[in-house]
Amino acid sequence: MQVTVNGEHREIASGTVDALLAELDYEGTHFAIAVNFDVLPKSRWAQTPLKAGDEIEIITPRQGG
Amino acid sequence: MLKFYDREFSSRLLIGTALYPSPRIMQDSIRAAGSQIVTVSLRRETAGGKTGDAFWSLIRELDVTVLPNTAGCRSVREAVTTAKLARELFGTSWIKLEVIADNDTLQPDVVGLVEAASILIKDGFEVFPYCTEDLSVALRLVEAGCKVVMPWAAPIGSAKGITNRDALKLLRARLPDIALVVDAGIGAPSHAAEALELGYDAVLLNTAVAKAENPVAMAGAFKLAVEAGRTAFEAGLMDARDFASPSTPVVGTPFWHAVS
Repeated sequence: MQVTVNGEHREIASGTVDALLAELDYEGTHFAIAVNFDVLPKSRWAQTPLKAGDEIEIITPRQGG
Repeated sequence: MLKFYDREFSSRLLIGTALYPSPRIMQDSIRAAGSQIVTVSLRRETAGGKTGDAFWSLIRELDVTVLPNTAGCRSVREAVTTAKLARELFGTSWIKLEVIADNDTLQPDVVGLVEAASILIKDGFEVFPYCTEDLSVALRLVEAGCKVVMPWAAPIGSAKGITNRDALKLLRARLPDIALVVDAGIGAPSHAAEALELGYDAVLLNTAVAKAENPVAMAGAFKLAVEAGRTAFEAGLMDARDFASPSTPVVGTPFWHAVS
């Protein structure tokens, strides 16, 4: 299905966030994730279903002022 | 002691983690500044990347309190969601709230800022709003529940120092119970000292240290300036006068006689 990941349109096979991270080869451990502007706590990554058109943001700590 | 919400700190210098020549110089600069609070941001991670992990382990080694920002957010919705992501990622209810109105000045969108602050405070956040020196905006932020207010001295990264001293003095006078932090525009240790002399509780800066020729040495200079400014404020500065007033006693001056 078609979703948007970090602003890019993608065709994905995964049905959950957990599966999506593996599908896209995310290897780090410090992420926070929002789906359609709602933060999805890590405890729900495995069970929350993704659907076509979802906007997924995968966010990590970075330098800032 | 400096107090932000219910937490106390001895250092009055908050420092950013961006723009340093290397990760090692960032760490050494933060240590030289003696800062106990550092700002960080949240950005998109690229697939396969471990950039976030690497940066986060550098910060953890410093044993400091983290103040995440919403830098770059241009709407209330983006800022609120970014704040919630920061809470999830860093496990803190602190947020340096930025809602940006203009690319050239990085001027805060003060209308959006007040709205976002209200939403976040109702959701349990402890908000550090980056604002202008406008008193009416600061009053609205306090009304919304902010216990900290962070007006700019000048635009972010401009190094111009305090450009509207009278307005900053007015904020201090009108908000005696609010922690006030000068955030943005500081270019030299003397600017930081001036903010503390005005009775500001702390300063937050990044570029002035990170872009110095020797960031670690500059961080040390800022540490001294902030301590000097605070000590001067506590010691009670004299008022300025329009005319000279001799410091050496007049009585007993040799050859002195009254002008007839």
